[in-house]
Amino acid sequence: MFTSKDEGGIRPHYKKLLERFKDLTKEDYEQKQQAIDLAFLRLGVTFTVYGDDEGTERIFPFDLIPRIIPANEWDLLEKGLEQRILALNMFLQDIYHEQRIIKDGVIPASYILSAKHFRREFMNVDVPRDIYIHICGTDLIRDDKGDYYVLEDNARCPSGVSYVMENREAMKRAFPNFFEAAGIRPIDSYANNLLETLQHIAPRKCKGDPTVVVLTPGVYNSAYFEHCFLARAMGVEIVEGHDLLVRDSKVYMRTTRGLKKVDVIYRRLDDDFMDPCVFRRDSVLGVPGIINAYRMGHVSLANSIGTGVADDKVVYYFVPKMIKFYLDQEPILPNVPTYLASEKEDYKYIMDNLPRLVVKAANESGGYGVMIGPQSSRSKIKEFRHMIEKDPRNFIAQPTLSLSRHPSYCGGKMEGRHIDLRPFILCGKDVSIIPGGLTRVALKKGSLVVNSSQGGGSKDTWVLRENQ
Amino acid sequence: MLSRVADSLFWISRYLERAENISRIVDVNLQLMLDFQTLDDESLKAHWEPILQSTAGEDLFHKLYKKCNSKTVTEFLTFQQKNPNSIVRCLYDARENARMVRDQISTDMWEEVNKTYLFMRSKEAKKLWSNEPYDFYRRIRMNSLVIQGIIDATVQQDEGREFLQVGKYLERADKTTRILDVKYHILLPSVDDVGGAIDKVQWGAILRSASAYDAYKKIYVSDVVPWKVAELLILSEECPRSIRYCMKMLDLSLRNISGTGKASFSNSAEKLTGRLLSELNYSSIEDIFKEGLHEYLDQLQDKFNKIGKEIFKTYIFTPMPSLDEEIDVQFQQQQQQQ
Repeated sequence: MFTSKDEGGIRPHYKKLLERFKDLTKEDYEQKQQAIDLAFLRLGVTFTVYGDDEGTERIFPFDLIPRIIPANEWDLLEKGLEQRILALNMFLQDIYHEQRIIKDGVIPASYILSAKHFRREFMNVDVPRDIYIHICGTDLIRDDKGDYYVLEDNARCPSGVSYVMENREAMKRAFPNFFEAAGIRPIDSYANNLLETLQHIAPRKCKGDPTVVVLTPGVYNSAYFEHCFLARAMGVEIVEGHDLLVRDSKVYMRTTRGLKKVDVIYRRLDDDFMDPCVFRRDSVLGVPGIINAYRMGHVSLANSIGTGVADDKVVYYFVPKMIKFYLDQEPILPNVPTYLASEKEDYKYIMDNLPRLVVKAANESGGYGVMIGPQSSRSKIKEFRHMIEKDPRNFIAQPTLSLSRHPSYCGGKMEGRHIDLRPFILCGKDVSIIPGGLTRVALKKGSLVVNSSQGGGSKDTWVLRENQ
Repeated sequence: MLSRVADSLFWISRYLERAENISRIVDVNLQLMLDFQTLDDESLKAHWEPILQSTAGEDLFHKLYKKCNSKTVTEFLTFQQKNPNSIVRCLYDARENARMVRDQISTDMWEEVNKTYLFMRSKEAKKLWSNEPYDFYRRIRMNSLVIQGIIDATVQQDEGREFLQVGKYLERADKTTRILDVKYHILLPSVDDVGGAIDKVQWGAILRSASAYDAYKKIYVSDVVPWKVAELLILSEECPRSIRYCMKMLDLSLRNISGTGKASFSNSAEKLTGRLLSELNYSSIEDIFKEGLHEYLDQLQDKFNKIGKEIFKTYIFTPMPSLDEEIDVQFQQQQQQQ
């Protein structure tokens, strides 16, 4: 919101908002905040906290001060994200087929073969329209100079888009008069775009309108609210594993009138749990035989199997190279500078500078497996040093960027808090990106961790129609 | 419609109806106590025990509480988390089922179910309950009625709506038999009391438990007489809580689901409800009393159980091999394809 860290000048596109917010008293804020919290609770816009008998639900803390992105800035982000998703999809198509990128020496084979989510079982399987990642959530950060960097890609089952929509509804209720004059791009076409994306990949043999369903691990999953939200918004069924069964390598759902064929599955279940015949045999969440049905082209899955290889933080390191290799373009959005512990020189650098770096395990999510050097105790740094020595393939390191901060309403006053941004990208017939995305905010003072499981909250994200 | 969804819809309305009925029973009996002048521990116990029996919670109650009095029994039936038939648990279960099928019900319906449960868990609820129990139980009933109104006004008239109806009417019929049956346990009146003032008060309470007091007055224009109360609650064609009415609605909903016309059937659930409805249509209260009211009510409860089971068999349950067997089946099929 402010042009520099010392909070000097206000960025021009925030002026209108700030003037408006200046008129609000502390009581106004608190009253609006309470109204929103209550509405979220009543609506059940919650996530489940594990480890409680009744599966306690909490609302995702919401901050009233929106983040604003002017049109020109968004244009750039949109172009960059589109470029990235195209390259990632070409990469997945390639490594599950010819593996040109390995043969040409751009990425060492060992990195791919050792990636935790690389699915050998899927070599040479053709997926509908060659799209692997249909729904992607890419995390972005801004540094103190105002430049955006890609922090990671979530190419398996990224969640959070329902909060984007609910946050917007909440803001509209809290500031009805302000909203119409602000020139904010609407976000409500997401569900439609998602449905079109899913219909686009229907099996070729499918005649008429394909039957689309959302597959959820169930009501106790932390993102169950979102699964329901999306099914509802698209007007399709939400199913659990045991609602489905496979006969003659076709997938059916059990209905009150017998079995009904299913054509496209938006699955919010990780590969491991999809099919006990292929992956984890102990999983009761999935559907025996579903992977074979997919291989045979009788049912389509979004995202495809094996997309998790793109989530691997070591593979992430190579995305700019993929963009050059497949698209012959310069990357529009840079990665955060990254060191690979498995590269000799990088290894030395990492070990020499550990207390100043952020170290991440290659395949963790939700803010786990991360060490932020400057904020870590000696023993924690030692612990990570040890882990890196033991398994360098599993670690990357990045410099601690001075993440941009954003005014947030915390504990009765306005204070700067670190934020990031997760736009949601759909890749079907076209690429479409929801204007804005989920802005997460580290509500703990000084904290860099924005994950909801680690005390983070969120705020509405406004993309303006115009540059201001 | 997914079988699992049909199952959840059925149970949402069953649990809501159950919570509403429990709140009615507790409320009426609490008020009934006010009509008695002095009550010792024994007579308190004698009053509440049958009510516990009617909710099938007797044994559990005695495990959890030492004394059986108005406070402990109402607490047990209202807030006791360990009692699967307490109001709070019914509302929790209704809400969990609603959460599972949120995509199938209207936002308004979900919000109201969620709100009702959240209220039940709030401090406000406890406070209201101890200060003004009448208002508290009234609020629970009103919430339930609001939800039914919302279902009427916002849930589309399709199969799902019929499953909501099926759950509601099956539960309601069952609870009406239990409310009536309480009379048979309540202080089996000593000979002197039969037809006396206390007896009348109690049959009046039963009418109120079923929200049928006003209807009774209107139809019979007479004092509260036991056989007329039973007639109203079992055989009335119009009274929305009578067993015959519930069976009529249940039968209608089942036929709407399958598309089967009147006077025939396409599955065993329809066969059972159709047959029971005919029986009720052609019965008189004299027949029932000849058989013995308690025995008759017992049989009805059995029949409701069977109907519930047949509905489950017809629409919800698809026989399925175990996961291990299923995996083997898939392996074999895939081998053949290769």
